Amino acid sequence: MDALPYTTTARPDTGLTSPKLGIWLFLASEVMLFGSLFSAYVLLRTGAPFWPDQSETLNVPLAALNTVILISSSVTMVLAWAAAAAGNLSRYRLFMGLTLLGGALFLVVKAIEYSDKFSHGLYPSTNNFLAIYFTMTGLHAIHVIAGMVVNAYLLGVTRMWREDHLRFTNRVEIAGIYWHFVDVVWIFLFPVLYLL
Amino acid sequence: MSEPVATAHAVNVRGYLSVFATLLVLTLVTVGVASLDLTEGMTVLVAVSIATFKAGLVALFFMHLKGEKPMVFWSLGLTGVLLVTLFAFVLWTEGDHLLGTKVGDAFGTAPAQTEPVSPKPQGGGGH
Amino acid sequence: MRVFSTDHKVIGLQYAFTSLAFLLIGFLFILAIRWHLAWPTDALPVVGKLLGETRTVEGILLPEFYLQLGAMHGTLMVFLAIVPLGVGAFGNYLIPLMIGAPDMAFPRLNALSYWLYLAGGLVMMVGFFLPGGAAQSGWTSYPPLADIASMGQTAWLGGLFLLATSSMVGSVNTIVTIVQLRTPGMTFMRMPFFIWAQLVTAFLLLLAFPPLQAAAVLQVMDRVAGTSFFLPTGLVVSEQVLKNVGGGSPILWQHLFWFLGHPEVYVLILPAFGIVSEVIRNITRKPLWGYRAMVGSAVFIGFMSFIVWAHHMFLTGMGPTMGAFFQVTTMIISVPSVIIVTALLLSLYGGSIRFTVPGLFALAFLPMFGLGGLTGLPLGLAATDIPLHDTNYVVGHFHYLVAPGTIFALFAGIYHWFPKITGRFMNETLGKIHFAGSLVAMNLIFFPMLIQGLTGVNRRLWDGGASYQFAEPVLFLNTTMSHAAFLLGFFQLFFIVNLFVSLRSGRTATANPWEATTLEWATPTPPIPHGNFAQPPRAYRDPYEYSVPGARTDFLPQNVADERAGT
Repeated sequence: MDALPYTTTARPDTGLTSPKLGIWLFLASEVMLFGSLFSAYVLLRTGAPFWPDQSETLNVPLAALNTVILISSSVTMVLAWAAAAAGNLSRYRLFMGLTLLGGALFLVVKAIEYSDKFSHGLYPSTNNFLAIYFTMTGLHAIHVIAGMVVNAYLLGVTRMWREDHLRFTNRVEIAGIYWHFVDVVWIFLFPVLYLL
Repeated sequence: MSEPVATAHAVNVRGYLSVFATLLVLTLVTVGVASLDLTEGMTVLVAVSIATFKAGLVALFFMHLKGEKPMVFWSLGLTGVLLVTLFAFVLWTEGDHLLGTKVGDAFGTAPAQTEPVSPKPQGGGGH
Repeated sequence: MRVFSTDHKVIGLQYAFTSLAFLLIGFLFILAIRWHLAWPTDALPVVGKLLGETRTVEGILLPEFYLQLGAMHGTLMVFLAIVPLGVGAFGNYLIPLMIGAPDMAFPRLNALSYWLYLAGGLVMMVGFFLPGGAAQSGWTSYPPLADIASMGQTAWLGGLFLLATSSMVGSVNTIVTIVQLRTPGMTFMRMPFFIWAQLVTAFLLLLAFPPLQAAAVLQVMDRVAGTSFFLPTGLVVSEQVLKNVGGGSPILWQHLFWFLGHPEVYVLILPAFGIVSEVIRNITRKPLWGYRAMVGSAVFIGFMSFIVWAHHMFLTGMGPTMGAFFQVTTMIISVPSVIIVTALLLSLYGGSIRFTVPGLFALAFLPMFGLGGLTGLPLGLAATDIPLHDTNYVVGHFHYLVAPGTIFALFAGIYHWFPKITGRFMNETLGKIHFAGSLVAMNLIFFPMLIQGLTGVNRRLWDGGASYQFAEPVLFLNTTMSHAAFLLGFFQLFFIVNLFVSLRSGRTATANPWEATTLEWATPTPPIPHGNFAQPPRAYRDPYEYSVPGARTDFLPQNVADERAGT
């Protein structure tokens, strides 16, 4: 079967390739997913007679570090794409590897945070704040893992780099857009759950 | 190694690095603002505004939204409208505590004491 | 034909057979319920004794099992039968063909969406074999009841999560395909109305399902991790106060559920509008009338459907301002639906109508949908909704829309496109018997339901209202409706037999046996396995150019260049 039209070349009237439109539509649904969880948070908090001090309950410095880690991995992701666009395989591998490292570090820090909570007897069932905290950060972490799977694939399987370089580069861009979105969600999660 | 390719969006490494620096600074600002003793409303406003600005930078520059085609903007715009609708109406119908209205209590605690609307029936059908 | 094929036609057929199987199973569930409601002291025939002690007592349904059947009937019909048939089967099979594309934009994602759907359906059905049985808190799964229900509810939530993902993946595919893969000459305003309906439907699924997915995650957390997202403080269950923290909001679930739930009903009807539109244009042999109005109405319905959801929640204590807002939007959304049906009705005027079997189903759709829609008006107005909410009136209302409404449209579609898919016609006599019997039986089931509801009989009652004195005058209707339900089942046999027999020995059909104009009829029969068209077609004209003055034939296919040179 021949490749479908507009996979790597933009369709003239829409100006888009199919994967580019596809990833933005998918992200639109993700915005609705996380957005409805944020609205649940607002509803629970405004309705609660008592709400724990978030910055006292959670570890702000660790989360701030995680924010820096994730933002850094976002930068390395876009630099990986830039390297791919420039045709520089070794630079691409370096930055994609750093992106994966950033994701892994993020998850390690999260694991430390979670186990610290559990060891102090703080679970989702303890109060509604912890419930929404674990749920939202847990769902976010699952999205981080999914992104890392895709990135790992793009790091390891580079046959398409040789066979259809533009298509490969576009795939990196698409994966990057998803990865940046995961970063954007954290950019909102951090202040809302930790600082307010 | 291979030849560079003509991607739909231009590569701008210096731009990415300056966005990165800005994001780091804003992260520090966010943490700093939270430790100031602002009112709750102001803290929320400032924190969410900074987060929105950061998200905007990521979206425009890292996600190549700057210079993206109308079809993408329309889809995102529709999403935004719907999300605001969900937020707004859920809070409006259920967020009595936020708005200071007194229509019952959706969370199970006892309602505040209020005057009865009509006089209680005297005697008659008792328990 | 590979099992994990990425060809949209194979995937469309996979969706079709799976969803028809779920449709049958869901129908059997309701037959069990209808037996019980009419003859509550008689054992369920054949299967009654086989269902075991947890489900029946001497062959009579226990209330818990009755509720499982009810909840799963609704779930199967909405999520596992109608939407996969209308969107997954018809959408997948026909969209690339009608727009002149070789396949959907993302063939492997397409296959993934099918297998996620199948997995989700099976996970939900597993609930029947778990201790405590399947989900039994209604297809709407309201907490607090659903929060404390047995394990089957968790299976339901897991299955729903998979189904929602399947829908969203499919929607991305549909939208990108329609936007990006239209063949040259196929502008947006030359697309068949069917495609517009599928496009709007895809946006509804894409943006409305995620809040329900979020809600499902929250309910799973409540059930499994002991959180209280939907549990109020101090909830008493079986005379004991629940140990959960409380402070949650059961109404939050309702908001998140109905934020999907309302667009979902438009997901149920829009593909049906699309199919009926194609069939009616074809059987009337008339040029298009009201195409732009219909397209505008479909888009408007799509947008409005997101801002009416709380009309399912008029009784939850919202203030009169909010109630007024949702009443107004609900009244407004009835307008574009009426526009679409009116345009289709007006299309009949002056046409030389061919009363084919698909045509009969499509024509009957119009008054049946009208009836269903009209019965919705008292529900959309809060004052009249107060006595009607949660009664059988609601059940009668929505069944008029989905049964002689959507399901009739889906039948029309099956009879209409069967010759293109298989190269054979379905038998016309059997089809007409199927049609006539179904139409009569459906009305005999659902009209009495409206009457019972007006009397005040609640829905989901294990005894069908027998313990309420006010219900006494209308209780006999339970027997009427049950007789009609079994009659309906009898007439479906004509369809099932017809389907399988015609596959083997139906009358052979040419590539364009209905003399239609849209591009799917320009392929060979059946369409070429990978690629559909021998060469990419070009669209030269609008989709419904029938009886154009001066043309040699009474129809001009979209891919034919010059009417004077028409084949």
